[in-house]
Amino acid sequence: MQKALVIDPVKCTGCKQCELACSYVKEGEFNPAKSRIRVFDFHQDARFVPYTCTQCAEAWCQRACPVDAITTNEWGVKEVHDGLCVGCKVCIIACPFGTVNYNASTGKVIKCDECGGDPACVKACPTDAIIYMDVEQAGFGKMRQWAAKTDTAAQATQ
Amino acid sequence: MGWTGQVLRVNLTKGTCTPEALNKDWAGQYLGQRGLGSKYLVEETDPKVDPLSPDNKMIFATGPLTGTCASTGGRYSVITKGPLTGAIACSNSGGYWGAELKFAGWDMIILEGKADKPVYLCIIDGKAELLDASEIWGKSVWDMDAWIKSRHQDPMMHVSGIGIAGENGVLYSCIINDLHRAAGRSGVGAVMGSKNLKAIAVRGTGGVKVDDFPAFLAATSAAKEVLAGNAVTGEGLPAFGTQVLMNVINEAGALPTRNTREVQFEGAHDISAEAMAKPSGKDGKPNLLANQACFSCTIACGRISKINEEHYTVRNKPEYWHASGGLEYEAAWALGAATGVSDLDALTYANFICNEQGIDPISFGATLGAAMEMYEDGALTDKDTGGLKLNFGSAEALTQATELTGKAEGFGKELGMGSKKLCDKYGKPELSMTVKGQEFPAYDPRGIQGMGLTYATSNRGACHLRSYTVSSEILGIPEKTDPLVTDGKAGLVKAFQDATAAVDSAGLCIFTTFAWTLEDIAPQIDGALAGEWSVDRLLEIGERVWNLERQYNLQAGFTAKDDTLPKRLLKDAAKTGPAKGLVAGLDKMLPEYYAVRGWTEDGVPTNETLSRLAL
Ligand code: SF4
Ligand code: SF4
Repeated sequence: MQKALVIDPVKCTGCKQCELACSYVKEGEFNPAKSRIRVFDFHQDARFVPYTCTQCAEAWCQRACPVDAITTNEWGVKEVHDGLCVGCKVCIIACPFGTVNYNASTGKVIKCDECGGDPACVKACPTDAIIYMDVEQAGFGKMRQWAAKTDTAAQATQ
Repeated sequence: MGWTGQVLRVNLTKGTCTPEALNKDWAGQYLGQRGLGSKYLVEETDPKVDPLSPDNKMIFATGPLTGTCASTGGRYSVITKGPLTGAIACSNSGGYWGAELKFAGWDMIILEGKADKPVYLCIIDGKAELLDASEIWGKSVWDMDAWIKSRHQDPMMHVSGIGIAGENGVLYSCIINDLHRAAGRSGVGAVMGSKNLKAIAVRGTGGVKVDDFPAFLAATSAAKEVLAGNAVTGEGLPAFGTQVLMNVINEAGALPTRNTREVQFEGAHDISAEAMAKPSGKDGKPNLLANQACFSCTIACGRISKINEEHYTVRNKPEYWHASGGLEYEAAWALGAATGVSDLDALTYANFICNEQGIDPISFGATLGAAMEMYEDGALTDKDTGGLKLNFGSAEALTQATELTGKAEGFGKELGMGSKKLCDKYGKPELSMTVKGQEFPAYDPRGIQGMGLTYATSNRGACHLRSYTVSSEILGIPEKTDPLVTDGKAGLVKAFQDATAAVDSAGLCIFTTFAWTLEDIAPQIDGALAGEWSVDRLLEIGERVWNLERQYNLQAGFTAKDDTLPKRLLKDAAKTGPAKGLVAGLDKMLPEYYAVRGWTEDGVPTNETLSRLAL
């Protein structure tokens, strides 16, 4: 089963505990600047939006990599192999969402790999703004919300 | 670890930025942030220093948990001598700035001297420099924040600085970071302004490590479960913010109203959390749009609000139609109950201006309340106010006065002196609701007796955040005590003061203590730092910090005479509510408090006490 990180910005409070958990797991220290998930604060709109790699089925980053350092694992997750990555940054240019980034201290790129199927950000989030679920059901929550808003009386007259 | 080990010393007179090692011995004795910053201040300055002179220093200090995943571990304090009070000042702020300073590799910044022209301090990781601020001097906090981020082409920077109020020496001006989080009290913003320092902009890309990661993660996770499962920190504060208190305190008969003439406000409901959640305006959205957490906080008490676009304050000002930091309980009380104004949008507008220009809404609202009483009594005339009609309950008076104070124009200049100096000037000193020159906040000591002792003995002037006995007396945390009696309050206040000083020294938010005790906090500190960190050690540090601050104030010239309350609280009984007929029973609590503190009858720490605390 492929799983996906499903993010609900409405629930996010901007606490950045996801960034802290991610950077601890990946870098061994608390360092939001190196987190693979980033939370953006749109202050004037009262919105906080956590953002990370969507694990495209046909991944631009993977296509662009000249040394095949990015591969797809059995869960559909795109992984960067540090031993192969030459730090050319072409994947960063290729990714339309900006979710591949460069780590100047190692000379390699970093991106979300869903922690091998047990994402740290999900466990750290106090509001369930990030959940990890079967990718084929990722839209159902929102679908249900909209379904609940459907005015059946109005529909009946259509 | 928990520390980066680096302190940045900035001499504004000479224009130098010099790194030095953190004094680890002191960190062992004073923990961090409030305690450690105070220790540096005490060692490096004369308590008699003029707060607004170049000889005063100001210290921006983080705690050992700042920048970690401990819940609320993102805080910093500004420690200096306060111009509003002449006492030691320590104002604590959340948001993201404190953590960013750690990520840039610094535990603390010590600022000394005075720049010859406006500057801002720019810290990008290990590189710190003073840059020209002439283009942002005279600008609001919000404009300054945008200018700095655009100039450095870095939207991820975090900025802490002053608005026009701090530049103009408004004695209760604050330092604002992340647009609406404030190191709010005692006029720390005016000290920054007196040094010609507009802001400190920080960007950090480094990491923070702790001593024992597995133990630390176990302790912080367990503590987060406690916060999430607690009714106040898991439900009340996220949903209603600190505004959860408005109706509760009003019903307890402890909501100081119209300059504390009364203890209950008929308009409380209109400015409460419930009112903020009601749809208003043509878009049908409520005043409250979202809640926001500070860095690493599980509680998320912050309010993000908007003003109804049709409201008179902003009808022609689209620049205020966006969301920003909304009303916290203290601000809603000060701008509302203390002035008798119950127009929620007017309060929200005034609160926006306070954030934008860097004004402490508690002191401002209380000062305006005093001015209103003087106006209604005839001690202040239209001529004095420049035509401002300062009637209790007037929303226009509130919003105009806020604008004028923010810009230090007209009568706003006089309001900017604070209620003590203002009431003295117009011959009504008894109308100033202050202790040691600082306006007291949103709890009337006649209805919550422990708060009377709290205000009277607070080392930074009247303040609720030095020992929040409201927890015990109203909410029953950790144990219920009767708010109307004085018995046992001396010991309660001391216990709260010491524990709070420890929490403030750790890098944590005091709101965690609705759910946490030091039993929850000690293991987190123990995981972060080398050495053994027990509850007893934290309590000893808390008591040491308290006595250190007390010593500073005594040397600055304060005496036991200053441990008092405004006459109105001591002589005029509450007229309504559960406390009807009661005055603040300070005389019954104070001698006992001195005794439990190990101080003389004159409120001076005895030699035994000092040596027990290694002071
Ligand atoms: S942990 Fe959750 S609530 Fe906090 S910033 Fe991340 S997504 Fe938002
Ligand atoms: S409880 Fe509120 S003030 Fe404290 S850290 Fe959390 S959001 Fe900030």
